[in-house]
Amino acid sequence: MGKQVLSESALDRVEKEHAEWLEEYRKALKKVPERLSRFSTVSDLEIKPLYTPLDIENKDFFDNVGFPGKYPYTRGVQSTMYRARHWTMRMFAGLGNADDTNERFHYLINHGETGLSTAFDFPTLMGYDTASPLARGECGKCGVAIDTLEDMGRLFADINLEEVTTSMTINPPASVMWAMYIANAEKEGYSRKKLGGTIQNDCLKEFIAQKTLMLPPEPSLRLVTDTVEFGTREVPRWNTISISGYHIREAGSTAVQELAFTIYDGITYVEEAVKRGLKVDEFAGRLSFFWNSHIDFFEEIAKMRASRRLWARLMKERFGAQDPRSMLMRFHTQTAGCSLTSQEPYNNVVRTTMEALAAVLGGTQSLHTNSLDEVYMIPSEQAALIALRTQQIIAEESGVTNVIDPLGGAYFIEALTDKMEEEAVAYIRKLDELGGMVAAIERDYPQMEIADAAFHFQQQIDAGEKTVIGVNKYASERPDLEFVLKIDDEIERQQIERTERFKEKRDKAGFQKAMDELRRRCEGPPCWENNVMPALVDAVRAGATEQECCDLYRDVFGTYRDPGTF
Amino acid sequence: MANARKLRILVAKPGLDGHDRGARVVARAFRDAGFEVVYTGCHQTPEQIVSTAIQEDVDLIGLSILSGAHRYSFPRVIELLKENNAEDISVIGGGIFPMEDIPRLKEAGIKEIFEPGAKLGEIIEWVGTNISPRMDADESGSARVSG
Repeated sequence: MGKQVLSESALDRVEKEHAEWLEEYRKALKKVPERLSRFSTVSDLEIKPLYTPLDIENKDFFDNVGFPGKYPYTRGVQSTMYRARHWTMRMFAGLGNADDTNERFHYLINHGETGLSTAFDFPTLMGYDTASPLARGECGKCGVAIDTLEDMGRLFADINLEEVTTSMTINPPASVMWAMYIANAEKEGYSRKKLGGTIQNDCLKEFIAQKTLMLPPEPSLRLVTDTVEFGTREVPRWNTISISGYHIREAGSTAVQELAFTIYDGITYVEEAVKRGLKVDEFAGRLSFFWNSHIDFFEEIAKMRASRRLWARLMKERFGAQDPRSMLMRFHTQTAGCSLTSQEPYNNVVRTTMEALAAVLGGTQSLHTNSLDEVYMIPSEQAALIALRTQQIIAEESGVTNVIDPLGGAYFIEALTDKMEEEAVAYIRKLDELGGMVAAIERDYPQMEIADAAFHFQQQIDAGEKTVIGVNKYASERPDLEFVLKIDDEIERQQIERTERFKEKRDKAGFQKAMDELRRRCEGPPCWENNVMPALVDAVRAGATEQECCDLYRDVFGTYRDPGTF
Repeated sequence: MANARKLRILVAKPGLDGHDRGARVVARAFRDAGFEVVYTGCHQTPEQIVSTAIQEDVDLIGLSILSGAHRYSFPRVIELLKENNAEDISVIGGGIFPMEDIPRLKEAGIKEIFEPGAKLGEIIEWVGTNISPRMDADESGSARVSG
C-alpha cells in the first residue's frame, strides 16, 4: 500500500528518515528510559513505538482496505455506515420474571434504545424450568425466567414485534425459545415472515468458553442447522446464529484467539448447512457475529476491521459465495464485562465509554454498553440508563460518526489489522489440521489455549506487568453502590406456581400428540421433513414448557458434561 | 515431618453458571503451588460437590460462583458436610457477592471469601496458613470408610 500511496523515491526517504528517527529515539532513551521493558496490548501482542508507510509497504490498498460496502469490507459493511443510520442501541436486559423484564424493555425503549436484547436466567439458559431441583436459588437472578409460551407473551407485552428487532441470548435451548417467540408473535397477529431478530444459537462456543452445556456437539450442530434451514424458508428476516467471540474473550482468550475461534465456528456452521443441502447464498446472509470490545482501544478496532476482511475472503474463496450479502460480517458488540472492576465502580463508566468508542470505530451494527454495576449484578435501571446515554453521546455529540472508518489508512491500525488477520489465519490452518472444530473441542485444544491465556494474564496482573486501576495500582476498597439491583428470592416460588397452573390448563391429548411428533423428528435423520422447528412451534402452542422440550432433547440425543480440565 | 502430605483441594462450581475462568485459574495456581487439586467442572449440585469432596478425601473445598445463587448453594454445602460428618473439611468461596451477603456466608460457616481483585498469591498464602491436612485423612488419599 505504501507503494500505491507514495512513490519509490518518497518511500526511500521514509526509510532513511525512519532510521534517523530511530537513532534519535535510542539516544533519548539513554537519558530517560522507556517506562516499560515491553509494550504490548492487553492480549500481550507487542507494539512498536512508531508505525510508518514502511509497515504497509507491500500491501495492496484495494485488496486490503478499499471502500466501505465493497469487498473485502475492511472499512464497513455498508457504503453509508453511520452517516445514514446509527448502530442499533441494544441493551442486554433481563431480570426477575417476565413482567419485571417487560417493564425494563419499555423503560429502555422510552429512553431511546432502538432494539431489544433478552437476558435469560441460568435455568432457562440450561433448559430447565424454575421448578427443577437444579434451579434452586437461580430464578431471575442473572436474567429473566421463561418457562412457557405464557411467560413469553408477558415478556413482550405491548411491544410491536414487526417494528422492533429482538435478540435472544440463548444457546442449547435456542430452538425452543425461538419457537415460543414465533408462536407468541403469531398469537399476537404478527407474521413470521416479518419478524426480525437474532437467536445466539452458537453451540460451539459453549463447549469452548461459555459452558452452557446440554447436548453433545454433533446433535447440537444438528439443531443449529435445523434453525438455519427453518429460518431460510420461514423466517427470512431472522439472524439464525450470532457467532460469538464475546464469551471466548470473557473466558480469558486473546483478541486473536477470539477472532480465530469464532470465525472457525462460523466455518463449521456454514459447512453443516451446506451438508444439509442449503446453498451458501441462500442462508449465509443471515449469519451474524458478536464481538467483545475489550479495554485495548486499537487492538479492538483492528480486530473488528480484520474480522470483516477475513470473513469476506473465506466466504468467497473457501465457500464460493457469490452474493455480496453472504460475505458481510455484520456484528453486535458488547463492551468487556471482564474489564470492569468492583473497586471504584464509577470508573467502569469510563472503561465502557472507551470500549464503546472502539466498537463504533470498528464499525459495529449494534451495541450493548455495560452498566457500571454489572460487575456485581445485572444492571439497575439507573446504571443501565447511564450506559445507554453513553452510546447516545458517542452517536450524537462526539462527532465520531460524521465520517466512515476514520482510522482507515493509519499506519498502525492497518498494520495491526494485517497482523490480526495473519495470526487468525494461522489458527484456522491449525484447526483445519486438527480435523475441524468438533475434533479440536474433543481434544480440548481451544479450551486450553484460552486457559493458558487467562492464566498468563492473571500472572501479569499479579506481577503488576498489566495495570488495572483501583485493583493492582492505586488500589482502593470497594464502596457499596446504593443502587445495586436486588432480586427477591420469593419470585422463585411464584414462578413455579405460575408454570404449574399453566400446565394444568393445557389439553393433555393435544400436548402429547405434539410431543410425540417432536420426538419422531428428533429420532429421524436430519432433513427438512424432520426439522424440529415446525414441531416445536406446535408443541409450545400445545403448552409444552421449555424443560419438557429440552428433556426430550436430552433423552434422544444424550447429555454433555463439562470435562473440568484446567 | 514424616506424615506431612500435600493439601488436597476440591475446586467446585455450584449452580448453573458457566463462568469458570476464575475457578480454572485458581485451580492451576493451587497446582503450581504444590497442592493436589481436583476440579469438578461446571454445573454441580451441592450434593455432588460434597460427595466428590468426601470421595476424594480433600482438606478444603473452594467454591466459585458468579450467578447470585450462593445464598442457596454455599450454606447447603456446609449443611451437607455436617450431615455427612465431614465438617472438618473447610470451605472457602470466590466470585461476586453483594456486600451484605459476605458476613452471612461467613456466619454460615464459609471460612473466607475472595472477591474479584484477589491476587493468586494471597489466596495461596491464606490456604497455606489456615488449612492443614485433616487428621483422619488417609495419606494415600483414599476415601474414608463410611457407615
